[in-house]
Amino acid sequence: MSIEVKGLNKKFGDFVALDDVNVTIPTGQLTALLGPSGGGKSTLLRIIAGLEKADTGSVTIEGNEATHLPAQKRNVGFVFQHYAVFKHMTVAKNVAFGLEIRKRPKDEIEHRVQELLKLVHLSQFSHRLPSQLSGGQRQRMALARALAVEPSVLLLDEPFGALDAKVRKELRDWLRRLHDDVHVTTVFVTHDQEEALEVADEIVVINEGRVEQVGTPDQLYDEPANDFVMSFLGEVTHLGGVSLRPHDIELETSPMLAGAVEGTVSRLVRIGFEVRLHVLTVDGDEVSVVVTRAHARSLQLQEGSTVWLTPAAGATVVPRMATAV
Amino acid sequence: MIWFSALVLIPLMAVVVTAIDGGWDVFWSTVTNGQTAAAIKLTVFTALGVTVVNVFMGTLIAWVLVRDRFWGKSVLEVMIDIPFALPTIVAGLVLLSLYGNDSPVGIDIANQRPAVFLAFLFVTLPFVVRMVQPVLEELDRDVEEAAASLGASRFTTFRRIVLPSLAPAITAGAALSFARGVSEYGSLVLLSGNLPFKTEVTSVRILSSIENDNVPAAAAVATVLLVISLAVIVLLNVIQRRVAARG
Repeated sequence: MSIEVKGLNKKFGDFVALDDVNVTIPTGQLTALLGPSGGGKSTLLRIIAGLEKADTGSVTIEGNEATHLPAQKRNVGFVFQHYAVFKHMTVAKNVAFGLEIRKRPKDEIEHRVQELLKLVHLSQFSHRLPSQLSGGQRQRMALARALAVEPSVLLLDEPFGALDAKVRKELRDWLRRLHDDVHVTTVFVTHDQEEALEVADEIVVINEGRVEQVGTPDQLYDEPANDFVMSFLGEVTHLGGVSLRPHDIELETSPMLAGAVEGTVSRLVRIGFEVRLHVLTVDGDEVSVVVTRAHARSLQLQEGSTVWLTPAAGATVVPRMATAV
Repeated sequence: MIWFSALVLIPLMAVVVTAIDGGWDVFWSTVTNGQTAAAIKLTVFTALGVTVVNVFMGTLIAWVLVRDRFWGKSVLEVMIDIPFALPTIVAGLVLLSLYGNDSPVGIDIANQRPAVFLAFLFVTLPFVVRMVQPVLEELDRDVEEAAASLGASRFTTFRRIVLPSLAPAITAGAALSFARGVSEYGSLVLLSGNLPFKTEVTSVRILSSIENDNVPAAAAVATVLLVISLAVIVLLNVIQRRVAARG
């Protein structure tokens, strides 16, 4: 196991950032730390990197006790949300920095820098200054810089958070492909569930300083441990006493199934191929339901229609939390 | 450009013209006059010394003000500006009463060269601090963290990452500090005693020339100072480029 975190606690004043966190991150995989802002995931990443000190608990990297090791000695690559470029150095110099610190021979550094710039598709920019690059290019440069020192783990803190949606999507795909080539153990922090589901091999869901669930994207989506994980990974609605996804609700215009809940369509919005409905049930719940356009048309649904709702067979269903509204 | 000319260039030209008007002989005999030469030497070297001290101490103070938290920080923040706000003659009085003949702290440097140094130091303290501080505040901490995670020690990070970013501000502060030192009058006249060959500085020398109706001599000294100041500013610029390029 590449990174082992045990019993980690961290407070900033009265604010509890991490509350007894235990996580094991497997070697060679791409792991996402997913959760809402302020949930403690960045703090966890920074503690692993040695940029922040935990109050209690231990961190082991590749079997080496790292809890009291300074950031300089941990051999981790760190990529920051806002790139953290050395703005007075050229792209090539930025990438070479870690190797120069390690006093490698000049020709070896030059060779390695060229290799890395090729890997991140920045070869033709090696003599530019970072200010002459776009955001996406800067982040690729920062990634090359972190990879230059052959880190045992690569840590990325919201790496695409400062980029616009299109570049973000491109870089996300590119990171996945890069990881398939380089195979370095990678942990990245994100608050974007789509990003985590799409890129990661494994996801650690963190909320309010605690680990809510660890699993593959499929496990998390299909078997969420609780209401929070379920609602964070996708849209959720409540029917009767349970939480479930709006597209997992069976909708009929007559009471065919036992236990079906009767309601009235209060709002109907068509978005492309899907139709979103708000159904006001006789119990007073407002339930959102998503059906395909064809299905909606075949049932001749419109605002005011009376419908009967049941959870679909095989739907992911989680008991509703008392606090959830 | 017209504005700049009217305010700066024309008066500067006038000084140079006046100096040349007296003829080369007058100019040369004035600046090679023993007393004048001593004053110029004292002023320039003291100003240079003070500038060096300010570069180190000013950067250090700015660093502490930005990066450290301690009790009384906001008070110190305000106090830094006192040499700016105080009329220089008041500063002179303060220095005289503290380091003069009846010094309450037992340090009597009245009529000695350290008095000039001290007076320069007092009035130039804020320059480097105030130039460096905002730049340091703007500096991203994650850039230093990035350097640390790449294995750079704190010293290497400072030398290769932080210093090149601060270099322009330090240079600007140093230039201001040197210029102010060279031109200082009020804060040192009381404590230094203005003894010829010992503690007399150029501004005092210029004033006494004018009082003796010897305007060309005053202009000659002023021109020499002008050239020296220009040279120092150019030199500082070269140093700054070197430091900034070192990364």
